Amino acid sequence: MNKIVSLFCGIIFGIGLVISEMINPAKVLGFLNLFGEWDPSLAFVMIGALVVSTPLFHLFKNKEKPIFSSSFSISNKKEIDKKLIIGSILFGAGWGLVGLCPGPAITSIALLNMSSVTFVIAMFVGFYIAKLS
Amino acid sequence: MNIINFTPLSALTGGLLIGLSVILFFILNGRMVGISGIASDFLISKDNRIDNLLFLIGLILGPSIYTFFSGQEIEISISNSLFLLIGGGVLVGFGTRLSSGCTSGHGISGISRFSLRSIIATMTFMIVGILTVLITNIL
Repeated sequence: MNKIVSLFCGIIFGIGLVISEMINPAKVLGFLNLFGEWDPSLAFVMIGALVVSTPLFHLFKNKEKPIFSSSFSISNKKEIDKKLIIGSILFGAGWGLVGLCPGPAITSIALLNMSSVTFVIAMFVGFYIAKLS
Repeated sequence: MNIINFTPLSALTGGLLIGLSVILFFILNGRMVGISGIASDFLISKDNRIDNLLFLIGLILGPSIYTFFSGQEIEISISNSLFLLIGGGVLVGFGTRLSSGCTSGHGISGISRFSLRSIIATMTFMIVGILTVLITNIL
């Protein structure tokens, strides 16, 4: 059953990225262009997502176990370390250069846009380099 | 600052769907969504490989299902050189794994949990993203 959930959640997430236009790098760069011609729309993507996920997370987090799995698996990292900050800086730079982050990048493969496919391949190389280092 | 192309309703609707996906994945499967984690684990780790693959396939099916039901074509615009596409992709892949999260993992799942790490990561990549666009526009 959790296989079907994974597929279904991926589909819902992907449709959310399309409807919000987060899948469009030009839209994302418009959001990040705070000091120029600013498009604040994408702040509402985050607000919409958090309005749903935050209260329900805190409602369900103390349940014994999830419905289709034997236990919850949540990151227990607490440390604010160099890796967190440097990683976020590098990610922010790449995001600001192209306007794609991992979810929209992978979803946009469906559009067979050669630029986004190139970006996704490079991103997977980045995952692999991080694994090696 | 001038405000242009403002589409709060579609952004909010898309956001609600993303939030729904995150919370269903948590309540039903017990995991928090983070796309960089799901994608790199699919590449690197044997744990949950089929689940991770199915989630990624779901993402890629999203646009076709949207177009099927709405009848609307999806248009995106990317204007980078090959060099910047590759450089940007490697930075995003490497950076999100070094910091263990991206826009979804830190920005939505982490902030939902009130994780201080995720709040700091999200502020950092937002500020650096804004500065990168500012610098790109000047150059």
